[in-house]
Amino acid sequence: MPIQILMPALSPTMTEGNLVKWLKKEGEAIESGDFLAEIETDKATMEIEAIDRGVLAKIVVPDATDGVKVNQLIAIILEEGEDAAALNDLAPALQAAAAHPLESQVKPTPAPISTQPGATQLGDRVSASPLARRMALQAGLDLASLTGSGPHGRVVKTDVEAALSGGAVEMPVTAAVAAPPVLASSMATAGEAAYTEAPNSMMRKIIAQRLGQAKRDIPHFYLSIDCAVDALMALRKDLNAKAPEGEGAYKLSLNDFVVRSVALALRKVPAANATWTDEAVRLYSSIDVSVAVATPGGLITPVIRDADNKGLAKISAEMRDLAGRAREGNLMPEEYQGGGFTISNMGMYGVKEFAAIINPPQSCILAVGAAEQRPVVKGGALAIATVMTCTLSVDHRSVDGARGAQFMAAFKALIEEPLTMLL
Amino acid sequence: MAEPSFDLIVVGGGPGGYVAAIRAAQLGMKTAVVEREHLGGICLNWGCIPTKALLRTADAYHLIGEAEEFGLKVKGVEIDFKKVIERSRKVAARLSAGVAHLLKKNKVTVVDGHGRLAGAGKIRVEKNGKAVADLTAKHIILATGARARTLADLEPDGELIWTYKEAMTPKAMPKSVLVIGSGAIGIEFASFYRTLGANVTVVEVLPKILPVEDDEICALAHKAFVDQGITIHTSAKVNALKKEKNSVSATVAMDSKRFQIEAERVILAVGIVGNVEELGIEKTAVKVKNTHVITDQWSATGEPGVYAIGDLCGPPWLAHKAMHEGIVCVEKIAGQAGVHPLDVSRVPGCTYCRPQVASIGLTEQAAADKGLKVRIGRFPFLGNGKALAMGEPEGLIKTVFDDATGELVGAHMIGAEVTELIQGYAIAQTLESTESELMQTVFPHPTLSEMMQESVLDAYGRTIHF
Repeated sequence: MPIQILMPALSPTMTEGNLVKWLKKEGEAIESGDFLAEIETDKATMEIEAIDRGVLAKIVVPDATDGVKVNQLIAIILEEGEDAAALNDLAPALQAAAAHPLESQVKPTPAPISTQPGATQLGDRVSASPLARRMALQAGLDLASLTGSGPHGRVVKTDVEAALSGGAVEMPVTAAVAAPPVLASSMATAGEAAYTEAPNSMMRKIIAQRLGQAKRDIPHFYLSIDCAVDALMALRKDLNAKAPEGEGAYKLSLNDFVVRSVALALRKVPAANATWTDEAVRLYSSIDVSVAVATPGGLITPVIRDADNKGLAKISAEMRDLAGRAREGNLMPEEYQGGGFTISNMGMYGVKEFAAIINPPQSCILAVGAAEQRPVVKGGALAIATVMTCTLSVDHRSVDGARGAQFMAAFKALIEEPLTMLL
Repeated sequence: MAEPSFDLIVVGGGPGGYVAAIRAAQLGMKTAVVEREHLGGICLNWGCIPTKALLRTADAYHLIGEAEEFGLKVKGVEIDFKKVIERSRKVAARLSAGVAHLLKKNKVTVVDGHGRLAGAGKIRVEKNGKAVADLTAKHIILATGARARTLADLEPDGELIWTYKEAMTPKAMPKSVLVIGSGAIGIEFASFYRTLGANVTVVEVLPKILPVEDDEICALAHKAFVDQGITIHTSAKVNALKKEKNSVSATVAMDSKRFQIEAERVILAVGIVGNVEELGIEKTAVKVKNTHVITDQWSATGEPGVYAIGDLCGPPWLAHKAMHEGIVCVEKIAGQAGVHPLDVSRVPGCTYCRPQVASIGLTEQAAADKGLKVRIGRFPFLGNGKALAMGEPEGLIKTVFDDATGELVGAHMIGAEVTELIQGYAIAQTLESTESELMQTVFPHPTLSEMMQESVLDAYGRTIHF
């Protein structure tokens, strides 16, 4: 099979680049690791490296071609033993590729009107407005990774804007119902382990894109702290015993206390309720706490708005409602978009401690471990206490270490002395 | 007596209310409309429709005046003013009856009387101050509209000092008219009376007429009106009105100057206020600010099960905005999928003066204020074959694009029939077209609409016919 060399993307946002020059000639033998050509974007110049050995059979895009689209065919390598007739199979691809440079030459001159996105979506065309299409192209955003809020799921301007501003997982959860796994083992060749493939749902794609980007781009640092929660557990038991029947009934969870403590700690340390942008650090005026909820389709973070102005019973009722509907896939976009700080609680799974990936565009996420009895030293003697380890992941661009530590200290003080939550 | 119960009661049968009721009925809701005066509301009875009938007369009269231009000799033209008004009333009456028929066809119960909230899910209907019915409903939409704003010292009396209502039903044609306020309502009356021959003066407190429109369009409109013989005072305020026997003397303050304007009749068109009184909202969570009910994007008021739409909720005070809000509100109540809140920036506005004015989206100034780098396209009527053939060489179509994305953020037009053209840009905006789609669209020749494409081309330095 001839190997098609495609224009590579040097960065996630790259949509096109310039082919500066070929370092090999047509007909030249190629060894794995050889440099084939030099390509250039506005940011960098790089060589394309050969992965397979063979012969450079055909150069499709010549030296000094500007505006070559990512994934456009630029050359063909024939493997050992293949002859040039194999190129015939690629005739349509060659023709299509030949059309591309032409297109970039006929750009209208009086005004810079960007060319249409290539035919990359012809197979399964994403429904998107022309404006959304252009904005996504300009931002290097994959339309297929967005879910449209327009009529019939059409991607519209606000969807692209929301994705660019990074407002949580931008999609109705109903669309996240995973496609059935495809049994692919019948296609596995001898020697290859059998496997199944579950096609990526929109939700998975967005989680992959956003969390990948977060982990790559955000300089994370982590602060762990142990919180003694005996007093809190006692208070919780006490309050739950006093819950009325019927209307106004509540059953407080440990997580409800965590939400309230976070909200009150954010009031004390507003710097942790922030977003980094290239121009400024944005501090949010309201305290909206996102809480990660696992759903069959993937993770989603419904938001408790103005959490610092809500009592435990109210937080508890809202959390129960949001989490329930999140699992059923019935959240409205405004119920999971926004939020200035996220809580991820894995205590119920017995996880002792973990570090979470920041939920962009927020700056902090608190990973909450299990509350468990542990030996502690009190007044010089061993004692037993119920301890919960919490780890804050922090974006160092917007929040410095000392600020993060101040937040954790404020949080710990509230959790360990839960009566102060009344103040 | 058992209280008749409904899924939805709409209080007010204007364009917002009756459209909401019909949509609700279509969605299978048992629906009632409570209306105290006439179905169709102000729009149909005392607003949009009857004034369009009057302005049609003005247009016809104007065209007859130009007859010789077209090679026609017309003699003995007279205005039968009584007939002009009669025709306008007939059109309104016919449409009001049409609304009654539509509601009946959709099995919407119409309750005659004044409705007010009377506890959760309850509406009390009163007639002449007496309770005539108690109704219950799961959902209640308040759609009671608005009325003309009056100013202290400038109280309308219905005889010499008019609001829109008297201005569209006078017994005789006044020789001179003073219009206070130059929004759509004021300007339409100014245009109507001037075209039929009255001496017309317009006083506007702001620095320009048609204050919500694009500066360039305002300037063109201003010039056209002055050319027609209308006197316009901007940045001017009427301080007092003194009534004489059959005329009014107005004291106008402009900069440091003061002067008198004499006119037979005065038309007050200084904005409108919401009909928030006598609604029974005092003991509810419904909040009122500046005479308008505060609602969220789905028209919810904060009081469970109570919604408010249309003029009652504030500007833009337009029937089509009320209708759209009503539909969105009802579909949201019914739990329809894919309901989108109204984007107020995509509500077109039309003024049916001569020349007509129509617009949608951001003015050039508003776009600049938002920090957008814009591209501006302009195309004059002078360059359009159909406009010349029609004898309408004056006018302009202006487009405003976001330079970064090619989004059409605004369009502003003045000239013949532009009120019928603006919908093209409204569709383009709703579909989120860029300049590219507008350029690719084939516009029929010869039409006025070709100018819409030429204006887009001009924004990108590519106009063909000018």
